[in-house]
Amino acid sequence: MDVEILSRLQFAGTIMFHYLFPPLSIGLGLQLFLCELAYFRTKDLAWEAAARFWTRVFAVNFAMGVATGIVMEFEFGTNWAAYSRFVGDVFGSALAAEGIFAFFLESGFLAVLVFGWDRVGPKMHLFSTLMVFLGSMFSAVWIVVANSWQQTPSGYHIVWHDVQGEMMPRAEVTDFWAMVFNPSSVDRLTHTLIGAFVLGAFFVASVCSFYLLRNRHLEISKRCLSIALPSALLFTLLAAATGHDSAQKLVETQPAKLAAMEAHFHTSDEPTGLTLFGWPDTENETVRFGIEIPYLLSLMVYNDPTKPVPAMDQIPEDERPPVWLPFQTFHLMVGLGTLMILIAGSSCWFWYRGSYSTRRGVLWAMVAMPVVAMTANQAGWITAEVGRQPWIVYPSVQDGVEMMGLRTADGLSESVTAEQVLSSIILFGVIYSMLFAVWIFVLNHKIQHGPESPEELAEYKQKLHAESMSEAFGHHGTSRAGGMMEDGTR
Amino acid sequence: MSYDLLTLIWFGLLGVLLCGYAILDGFDLGVGILHPFIAKDDTERRLVMNSIGPLWDGNEVWLVTFGGALFAAFPVAYATVFSSFYTAFFLLLTCLIGRAVSLEFRSKVVSTTWRRVWDWAFFGSSITAALLLGVAGGNVMAGMELGPKYHYEGSLLRQVYWYPLLVGALTVSLFSLHGAIYLYLKTENELQTRVRAAITPLFFVFAGLYLVVTFATWWHVPHATENLSAHPWLWVVPVLNALAVLNIPRAMHWGKPGYAFFSSSMVILALATLFSVEIFPNFMMSTIDPAYSITLENARSSRDTLEIMLIIAGIGFPCVLSYTVIIYWIFRGKVKLDPHSY
Ligand code: HDD
Ligand code: HEM
Ligand code: HEM
Repeated sequence: MDVEILSRLQFAGTIMFHYLFPPLSIGLGLQLFLCELAYFRTKDLAWEAAARFWTRVFAVNFAMGVATGIVMEFEFGTNWAAYSRFVGDVFGSALAAEGIFAFFLESGFLAVLVFGWDRVGPKMHLFSTLMVFLGSMFSAVWIVVANSWQQTPSGYHIVWHDVQGEMMPRAEVTDFWAMVFNPSSVDRLTHTLIGAFVLGAFFVASVCSFYLLRNRHLEISKRCLSIALPSALLFTLLAAATGHDSAQKLVETQPAKLAAMEAHFHTSDEPTGLTLFGWPDTENETVRFGIEIPYLLSLMVYNDPTKPVPAMDQIPEDERPPVWLPFQTFHLMVGLGTLMILIAGSSCWFWYRGSYSTRRGVLWAMVAMPVVAMTANQAGWITAEVGRQPWIVYPSVQDGVEMMGLRTADGLSESVTAEQVLSSIILFGVIYSMLFAVWIFVLNHKIQHGPESPEELAEYKQKLHAESMSEAFGHHGTSRAGGMMEDGTR
Repeated sequence: MSYDLLTLIWFGLLGVLLCGYAILDGFDLGVGILHPFIAKDDTERRLVMNSIGPLWDGNEVWLVTFGGALFAAFPVAYATVFSSFYTAFFLLLTCLIGRAVSLEFRSKVVSTTWRRVWDWAFFGSSITAALLLGVAGGNVMAGMELGPKYHYEGSLLRQVYWYPLLVGALTVSLFSLHGAIYLYLKTENELQTRVRAAITPLFFVFAGLYLVVTFATWWHVPHATENLSAHPWLWVVPVLNALAVLNIPRAMHWGKPGYAFFSSSMVILALATLFSVEIFPNFMMSTIDPAYSITLENARSSRDTLEIMLIIAGIGFPCVLSYTVIIYWIFRGKVKLDPHSY
């Protein structure tokens, strides 16, 4: 296999593995903050017990996000050196801003969030939780801006540099804010963040529903569900709305991607239908076993059922993305999104009627939902990234001037060999599989253990108080408050 | 501000990030290297790990931000350095992953085997990470086989020879010493006594390697002293460096561990500064033809980008410093175990 395929495989594999963790960190961060806010306002210990529990889950997930994120940061340089030279002037500033604005904020206050429960006051703790949550959102902002820029570049020009006699092109910033607010960044960012909130809400709802099924931690679970279920419904609806917005923009910015997502091969004067299911066959340019709803795509894209949508035949042959994968992943995302709306909607309804905790079927369905939400998040990115091939940086028109793009094949590191990439893939394949197993194991361990009860927490706090009093009077007791497990196993 | 001045400022800021990383993550790595030898039982191991528990993640961000800033300010250097060290960097990444997860997962399960495995993973990844950082530094100092158009023509095997390995050993010993002094500050009683006993031999190992590497550099990297000869006032740096080294045993002897820690931080600062002075104005010198070297001038971003980034840094740095101080303040004092510890 050649370096290109291997490097693409490696990038896709490592980023998809990384992206198992960020959406849960972001989404759980929101739920965690809401729990703690509820505690802060009501002083009800059940909320604090819940917040302490979600913090522990959050910490495990966050560590995985950090560990896998560092790989991504270096991979642009190691595997995509030519790309890095081409985009560094534009893209690098977003990555650096992410470090300075987001990562320092997250990792700093994470320490207070996780280790500070008994060290700082409730106000400072709540503030730290908010900072961690905001920090994780900021990091999404910058990295998604960078990604959106390569999909719909703006605010730059191409400058040719003389490198030992040969001219090499480079994208350079002309307008920072136009670069940041490029045509797709706001849409992509809102949709991505909402996808993360969907996952966080379903994750909390899933764990709590599991406790209801097992008849454990009822008080805490019901409190958390009262936040998680409505937010799951709200965010899945918003995901559909913002996703629809993204699709409408695509017809102008990346018509090839839209055509691939819909497996729309031939342009005609007729209104365009929407293929619900099918098996795109690129060679014969048809969709086999397809079910099509007439007019629908025109309606969805243009808000006008009769206006035809341009198809793949408008795109030069060597600039066409693969069709099968974006088509399937896009339909998967939308299908799962619809499923999630149904589940969240009916759960809210039963909750409202007071029968949620007795409907075992609904509860079990809810237990499975995090996997569904995660799959939708991954499917969305596959659609977005495979659909922009063969470009790593899209060509564009700035102020009437055509700007060259960069093909994925031209973005590679020249000095890296296929053997090197293959061995790093094998190395990371092994490490990531082990990590994944350990992560599931520890996560399961924590969920099985569950939160402590509000009574246990009250007892613990009392002991802690007594201890600090006795310390203030000069008794140096070495034992710490008992009651909650002390060997870090919770 | 002129383009050249901006370039210089960014070279300096990268130096600051690198020093910040080496000083802060230096003691984390050192603690990891000492971990299996210093701690005798499970509680002590947990104390050792928790001494850096709330801090290691923030410390590692200095490296992440260094990477991002290098990408933004000198994209050519970022691309070439990282792809030249392909295999070494993937090993380094493996180590960074290993450290993060061994800290996070070790204490989650009560089982001797489970904890044993993570203890060794923590040690192995810490020492290998320190070694690799040093080896990479040594290669950059000595220059690398850069061909035309920034293509690296060497290989991993060409990167592993006596000189970078020596620099790697120096890094390991320096971080161990730095970590030991940090642990001395954070621990009490018996554990602290054991840490104290380790500091003296660690110091002598470090001092010995320091001398060896100094002479080796003179001999193997003749261009290293060019900048020092051209600007004699720069000799302040090595002189201060030597003083800081000698100050470590002095401060420990007089029972001022805080001052000793400050001195070992200054040693790291001085060594990193010397490194920058010695490579300036190159990022990577070509051993094939100096014309192929990656310099500040051919690696830098456009003027606009450097300026925008300076604004970003101007807003960001004060924030970063203020919450770094807050966090270190909150977690000051001796390490104690509580239900939220690792
Ligand atoms: C939508 C959000 C999102 C996306 C698309 C990415 N990340 Fe990420 N990343 C995060 C959201 C995030 C986060 C929420 O901030 C993390 C993840 C897990 C975590 O818990 O923090 C994080 C951690 C994280 C870290 C460690 C930070 C630390 O030490 O604290 C690095 C270096 C990166 N990421 C780098 C990247 C790169 C180079 C990406 C693209 C190729 C990338 N991330 C995609
Ligand atoms: C976090 C969610 C993301 C996922 C799941 C994801 C997924 C993918 C996938 C599947 C590919 C391979 C496409 C192919 O080879 O056909 C890819 C490629 C790529 N992505 Fe992403 N991506 C994500 C975010 C990003 C971000 C935020 C950036 C940049 C800021 C980015 C930059 C790239 C680059 C440079 C490639 C080039 C390699 C290639 O085309 O194979 N991605 N990504
Ligand atoms: C239900 C209706 C939905 C529609 C119509 C929709 C539409 C879209 C479209 C068109 C894209 C590609 C955008 C681009 O490349 O420019 C996209 C990407 C994406 N989708 Fe969805 N989506 C829906 C639901 C969801 C749900 C429920 C989730 C997650 C829980 C999700 C997660 C994502 C992610 C993470 C991306 C990649 C980021 C991006 O490019 O915006 N989507 N979606």
